[in-house]
Amino acid sequence: MIELRGVGYSYSGDALLSDISLTLAPGSFHFLTGPSGAGKTTLLKLCYLELKSTSGQVTLFGRPAQEIGRDGIARIRRRIGVVHQDCRFLDHLPVLDNIALPLTVAGHPPEAHREELGELLAWVGLEARARALPPELSGGERQRAALARAIVMSPDVILADEPTGNLDWEMSLRLLTLLTELNRLGKSVLIATHDLNLIRQAKTQVAARVLRIRNRHLVAAGADL
Amino acid sequence: MTRLTRRAQRLWRLVWALIKGDPRADRVVPPTGFTAWLTLFTAGAMAFLAVFALALSLATGRLADRWASELAQSATIRISAPAEQMERQTEAALRILSQTPGVAEARALSPDEQRALLEPWFGADLPVDSLPIPQLIEVIEARRGFAAEGLRLRLRAEVPGAVFDDHTRWRRPLVRAAGRLRSLGWVSIALITLTTAAMITLAANAALAANAQVIGVLRLVGARDTYIARAFVRRFTIRALTGAVAGTLAGMAAIWALPSAEEASGFLTGLGFAGAGWLAPLPIPLLAGGVAFWATRGAAFRALKDVT
Repeated sequence: MIELRGVGYSYSGDALLSDISLTLAPGSFHFLTGPSGAGKTTLLKLCYLELKSTSGQVTLFGRPAQEIGRDGIARIRRRIGVVHQDCRFLDHLPVLDNIALPLTVAGHPPEAHREELGELLAWVGLEARARALPPELSGGERQRAALARAIVMSPDVILADEPTGNLDWEMSLRLLTLLTELNRLGKSVLIATHDLNLIRQAKTQVAARVLRIRNRHLVAAGADL
Repeated sequence: MTRLTRRAQRLWRLVWALIKGDPRADRVVPPTGFTAWLTLFTAGAMAFLAVFALALSLATGRLADRWASELAQSATIRISAPAEQMERQTEAALRILSQTPGVAEARALSPDEQRALLEPWFGADLPVDSLPIPQLIEVIEARRGFAAEGLRLRLRAEVPGAVFDDHTRWRRPLVRAAGRLRSLGWVSIALITLTTAAMITLAANAALAANAQVIGVLRLVGARDTYIARAFVRRFTIRALTGAVAGTLAGMAAIWALPSAEEASGFLTGLGFAGAGWLAPLPIPLLAGGVAFWATRGAAFRALKDVT
């Protein structure tokens, strides 16, 4: 579904990523780890075309990235659910409307999906917070709302950037469980995190491949993971 | 299907989407604060000024037409002669005029009429009879007109005190001035339109910059550029339309409240609309709405180019 072949990314002449090759096949589960500033977020952004690679080939759902226009990118993003580190909500809209936003912009009236939205809210444990505004949510609630928004369109791929960064261990495990459940439904999952305990915990639940960014290159993680 | 038809259909779809609106799409953009008032005020003020520019243009147009047509149909003969010859030369001039083809009517102005002409400069108690004031003869042209040069030569030969004036000398600059004023009115409307576009573009740019994060989120969840642009375009177009309707109505009321030409005669008192001319300002709000539509659309798509 998402394939990177020899991809590099440079900013102002400085190479941030070099010769990255990665394939996110249907039903796969990947962790992406590495120290802060290693380029995890950059790699995720290359996967949903928020950034354009400066070398190599990115292919999304069989289409080379350079052949995809702006409308095409919008359509492809409806098939990729992204959970950002900072969540990125529209603060003037209630949680429910934020979660339904991908449906709204795709021209699907949220009223027609009321039941599914209710189930989704229950699944992430936010039924009681549906009418709250994003600034009123706790860190954990924001992460779960972001996950709900990422999967509301039933995407083929879920990309999560430090989804447990602001959560305590118990909440992190809960979010991890939600992601592994989605993976069992056939979704491809890529989680960027520097939380090695979370990765170890995940490997007890799902067959996850762990990748590490080291010196701008993507390598398989060591045996400790 | 021709390219023109396809373009017309595309334009119609745009306009229809704008009219129909999408409450959900409108909600995704938060209230845009001061830019809302800026757009409303700009459109209102510019529409108000546009009404005056239009009134000026139409009024000067009417004035130019009147001077061009009415004065072109008349001429004046001024007879300056010693008192004892005045009556004889006047009769001679009238006789020549009665024999001149193309003259519909010619008559000597009475002392009262001559006094009325001089009254604005010398007051009401001017003793016309005791002053050596030239006798004026008003000449009205027939539709086919007369040969002005031939008449001038004949008068010079038979009425030595007569000076023939067909008004050309002073009518032309007046008509030219009125024409220039009319053009200035249209230039003003064009400048007002451009200024409105510039102001709304600035307001839209400010709103787009203030909502950069919203735009980023919308793009990331799969919103197309047209969806995002439409939310801003609709908002600014409706504001501009509302402001322009208010400004146009206020401008028309102000024009209506101006003193009429009958109450106080003078050049500017003719400023206003006449008859069906009152319908002329009605397209101004539509023009403002159209300007806002294209200005915001352009600004939105330019801003969206920087957002992946």
